[in-house]
Amino acid sequence: MMLYDLMIAPFADFSFMRRALVGVIALALGAGPIGIFLMLRRMSLMGDAMAHAILPGAAIGYLLGGLSLGFMTAGGLVAGFAVALLAGALARVTVLREDATLASFYLLSLAGGVVLLSLKGSNLDLLHVLFGSVLALDDATLILLVSASSLSLMVLALIFRPLVLECVDPVFLASVNGHGGRVHLLFLGLLTLNLVAGFHALGTLLAVGLMMLPAVAARFWCRGIGMLMMTATSIGMVSGLIGILLSYHSGLPTGPSIILTTGMFYVVSILFGSQGGLMLSLIRRPHLRG
Amino acid sequence: MTRTAIRFHDLTLGYDRHPAVHHLDGEIEIGSMTAIVGPNGGGKSTLLKAIAGALKPLDGRIYIDQRMAWLPQSADIDRSFPITVFDLVAMGLIPTRGLLGRIGRKDSAAIEQALDAVGMNGFEDRIIGTLSGGQMQRILFARLLLQDAPILLLDEPLTALDSATATDLVALISQWHAQGRTILAVLHDMDLVTRIFPQTLLLAREPIAWGKTADVLTPAHLQAARQMVEAYDPFADYCARVA
Repeated sequence: MMLYDLMIAPFADFSFMRRALVGVIALALGAGPIGIFLMLRRMSLMGDAMAHAILPGAAIGYLLGGLSLGFMTAGGLVAGFAVALLAGALARVTVLREDATLASFYLLSLAGGVVLLSLKGSNLDLLHVLFGSVLALDDATLILLVSASSLSLMVLALIFRPLVLECVDPVFLASVNGHGGRVHLLFLGLLTLNLVAGFHALGTLLAVGLMMLPAVAARFWCRGIGMLMMTATSIGMVSGLIGILLSYHSGLPTGPSIILTTGMFYVVSILFGSQGGLMLSLIRRPHLRG
Repeated sequence: MTRTAIRFHDLTLGYDRHPAVHHLDGEIEIGSMTAIVGPNGGGKSTLLKAIAGALKPLDGRIYIDQRMAWLPQSADIDRSFPITVFDLVAMGLIPTRGLLGRIGRKDSAAIEQALDAVGMNGFEDRIIGTLSGGQMQRILFARLLLQDAPILLLDEPLTALDSATATDLVALISQWHAQGRTILAVLHDMDLVTRIFPQTLLLAREPIAWGKTADVLTPAHLQAARQMVEAYDPFADYCARVA
């Protein structure tokens, strides 16, 4: 009975809780594998910068259409993708490395986005955009989240091989098949799509959390890329469940609760992970024969 | 009519308009095995890169109409990426199976065979980050085997390998030659070149000599190659020999 009250009743009693759970699970499904690729390609910062870049786009959508799903989604997609392309292009044609370019974009996007929102919005709208509203997902938003993660999983399955190859051995990919650059673009497209979906639930500031934290935590438990993606996705989904319940029972804001739960997985993984966790280096184990 | 695998016509290659290979003319016959030797910065890797299509010529043309496999110098492989030896070798099937093709039982057997041929069976499930430099090079040779290309471009394939590994890989190269494949390899080991390679191209920016190995590797030619000016002239004039 205790367990029922703790874990089942909130979802049985309230439809907004069920919606939040479905939304977060959909997000975790899409974001898990993308996060793994970001981490393996050393593009973690890229994800962060792009999540922020969505803000001015969504803000312009907001100015044009108010708190409208369509306008803000379209604005976010365009802005996110534009920043990804621009950062890559600037890194190629100027002396700045990509990380410096991204850091600049990130700051400008955040400041610009907040200013744009303030032209018309109230503080409540600003909070909604920055931190999302997991507990207020309507039908249309939920369909958007589920479609985004379905689409990204399908596309990812399709481009998986060239994408891995482009990470491991880009010269080889270019020498056997001329489509390496396009794979990268598709990947950036998927990244943007998932961040925009995440922004509706978790806001631009936290959307990337469900992507990067599970990925980094997974790295401490397994090595193969398939296992990494499954572990990250699972951590994301479980964090979603725990985070929503945590926020329900304690009255804490939901988005931050979810991200803090993934953060807990992250800390535990760093400490106790079987692949290079810190505790392992403290225990002195005899070396093997061969 | 000779059976030509690769033909260079007044080929000039370089970076930022400064040539690294100047006015190369000639042909590589099908089934020939050519060593490319010469000083560092002499344009050897640049030539292979251009043949592989990864560098656009500044001038002239390369004619080639067979499939080729290219092993770049110290390949740009991200060794920290968690991919297994099996999967890396399986990439050699992409030219024939495509990016989406299924890897069937026959293909798996071919991958096992390739690993066997380079002495790396038992390593299928190892993550590439755990391999030594020599093991990695063996794996890359296994991938070349699977690529099954009629033309092979090998850029310093034996650098930094122990003698056992080098011997094994040289045996593989000789085997490819015996199968009638066209081989172009950049090498620094003159003894090896003399022993194994019938043809040699001595390249020091410009082709110093090209032909039978014994005729190319003469003291006079090697001396001439050593005179190559390493640094490019930032104020260089237009080349007078523009065709």
